[in-house]
Amino acid sequence: MTTFLGMPATAPRGVGHLRGDEPFPRAAHTALADGQLRRNLRHATTTIRAKSGRVIAELPDWQELRSAGSAIKADVLSRLPELLERLEARVTERGGVVHWAADANEANAIVTELVRRTGAERVIKVKSMATQEIALNEALEAAGIQPVETDLAELIVQLGQDRPSHILVPAIHRNRSEIRDIFLRAMPGVDPGLTDDPPALAAAARRYLRETFLSTRVAISGANFGIAETGTLAVVESEGNGRMCLTLPETLITVMGIEKVVPAWTDLEVFLQLLPRASTGERMNPYTTMWTGVTPGDGPQNFHLVLLDNGRSAVLADRVGRQALHCIRCSACLNVCPVYERTGGHAYGSVYPGPIGAVLSPQLTGVEDNASLPFASSLCGACFDACPVKIDIPSILVHLRNQAPHPPAEKAVMRAAAYAMSRPRLYARAQRAAKLARIAGRRGRALPPPLSGWTAARDLPEVPRQTFRDWWAAR
Amino acid sequence: MRIALFVTCLADTLFPEAAKATVRLLERLGHEVVFPVEQTCCGQMHVNTGYQPEALPLVRNYVSTFAGYDVIVAPSGSCVGSIRHQHPAVAAAAGQAGLAARAHDVGARTYELSELLVDVLGVEDVGACFPHRVTYHPTCHSLRMIRVGDKPLRLLRHVRGLELIELPDAEQCCGFGGTFALKNAETSAAMLADKMTAVESTGAPICTAGDASCLMHIGGGLRRAGSPVRTLHLAEILAAT
Repeated sequence: MTTFLGMPATAPRGVGHLRGDEPFPRAAHTALADGQLRRNLRHATTTIRAKSGRVIAELPDWQELRSAGSAIKADVLSRLPELLERLEARVTERGGVVHWAADANEANAIVTELVRRTGAERVIKVKSMATQEIALNEALEAAGIQPVETDLAELIVQLGQDRPSHILVPAIHRNRSEIRDIFLRAMPGVDPGLTDDPPALAAAARRYLRETFLSTRVAISGANFGIAETGTLAVVESEGNGRMCLTLPETLITVMGIEKVVPAWTDLEVFLQLLPRASTGERMNPYTTMWTGVTPGDGPQNFHLVLLDNGRSAVLADRVGRQALHCIRCSACLNVCPVYERTGGHAYGSVYPGPIGAVLSPQLTGVEDNASLPFASSLCGACFDACPVKIDIPSILVHLRNQAPHPPAEKAVMRAAAYAMSRPRLYARAQRAAKLARIAGRRGRALPPPLSGWTAARDLPEVPRQTFRDWWAAR
Repeated sequence: MRIALFVTCLADTLFPEAAKATVRLLERLGHEVVFPVEQTCCGQMHVNTGYQPEALPLVRNYVSTFAGYDVIVAPSGSCVGSIRHQHPAVAAAAGQAGLAARAHDVGARTYELSELLVDVLGVEDVGACFPHRVTYHPTCHSLRMIRVGDKPLRLLRHVRGLELIELPDAEQCCGFGGTFALKNAETSAAMLADKMTAVESTGAPICTAGDASCLMHIGGGLRRAGSPVRTLHLAEILAAT
């Protein structure tokens, strides 16, 4: 006998960074007014698009690699419990400790307690979307533990008491003079004569981070992949600061979303080709760090793996939407998205911005908590083409729009339109009536909401004297 | 060949010249065009705005109207994309497997104009003459949903007197997106502004595309800005002699 335990829970309210303070159109309004932000974003996304396009074009089997990546992820999602249990067994065999966190609150509590037991008052962090998602830094700070981000861009965001606005380049919205000001204000021991020369900024961060690496005993990371076959965890990065965190401290705590598990070591062959080319536009990322449990005398001697659900099982329960769990956080969809390019990441209100955020965030939280996000797309489809694991983002967006609450007036109009349009004669009569009752003034420049959104920047077409249907009938 | 025209609700009501041009072009090429009067709308607006159950009767109406025709043409990449990809999905989601199968069949016989001309009728030179400078905007759904590729460009290159000027960043969305232009009007307008800058930078007095909807958006923006650039549906250029 089986017992139905109900639908899996979505990510809890009141914790983490998956929900915005205001609906997307209102948040976008602020971003659109910032000309500097739009220029920064345009420059950054155009540059990375071109770079990624060049290295992808080098691979004759890019489409086959995409298909392989998608197939591996679909396989993983079809037997997630089995793979996670295998991962747990292998990590445990190799001296690691595995913890299961149903949501952000549990994960934060587990990590905080683990750090507290070490007696450390400071931890170093590898750039990680999962820990941003659950707001781990805030939880640690509340417990009197200081988290230090070691990815340069995450450090900029952290010192600026800011939010990341891009999955890969979290400080994409900051220019170098803003970064200098942030460092001068918030970086311990900074040279007061610091200039906004990029090498000088990098050197300042390096000096501060080296001291921190050498004097901190606990590190916290995410994981790009967890290999069920061997219990190996993998982190890919560009700076080497991640490797410092993963190798120097005594204790390493890794928070990994449950969808990051892959069956076998050989699966990395596919993803380690897809991820850097789609993400940073590199043939290979500069640092790939892999570790399996604990190796005596080498690297962290205490290893904890926290497996995070936080709404992922709820996403898995949706046949159409579950593809969003294929995501390998490359951010290619952000870089090609015409909406993201104009609004930036903060408008999405979640740590997952852009097209993937517009489908992932509402699913993790439940659509009602992110109801405007599925509509934050023109459905142009550039994201689907760019996705290295073939997530059909436009179809998921359309699917989620069905679940979103609709404004009552809109609902009435759409129902009436569907009624008339499924009755050909009524439809033809309605067409003629609309022509007679033309509510627009000359060139349709002043219409009531929501049509005013159109007429604010565009004229309406002149209504022709005769519909095609009437022309055909009179022919 | 006997070809059934799906005019699309937008062309029927607001852009009949694009539909008339489609008829004239196909008749000039020696084909018989029929217009089944029971047709209404493909339902894309409903599906894409989150009203999938309401779109079901529209899918049923499209399928029953066009089931008896071997070749169907629509002067819109976006509506053809919806018919081909969304109709079977809408029917399947409603548990109507039979309708889904029929929708799939009818969808496979429904072509966007440039697909019909190049793939089905095997013609790239339609005998048109249009002595003007023209720039072409590849609409997102014709580009990425039904993958018309360079078919419209091949047709335009054979038009006598026509000087085709490449549109910078052509594959960027114009910002229309159906109800996106209303629900996210400001973001849509920001995308439109960049598209208009690209169009005007070509110096061409005419911008063409295979979708009346995107042209309504680009044209509405150009007209509001007082630009002399006109928008014209691809069918109208191909029909010109």
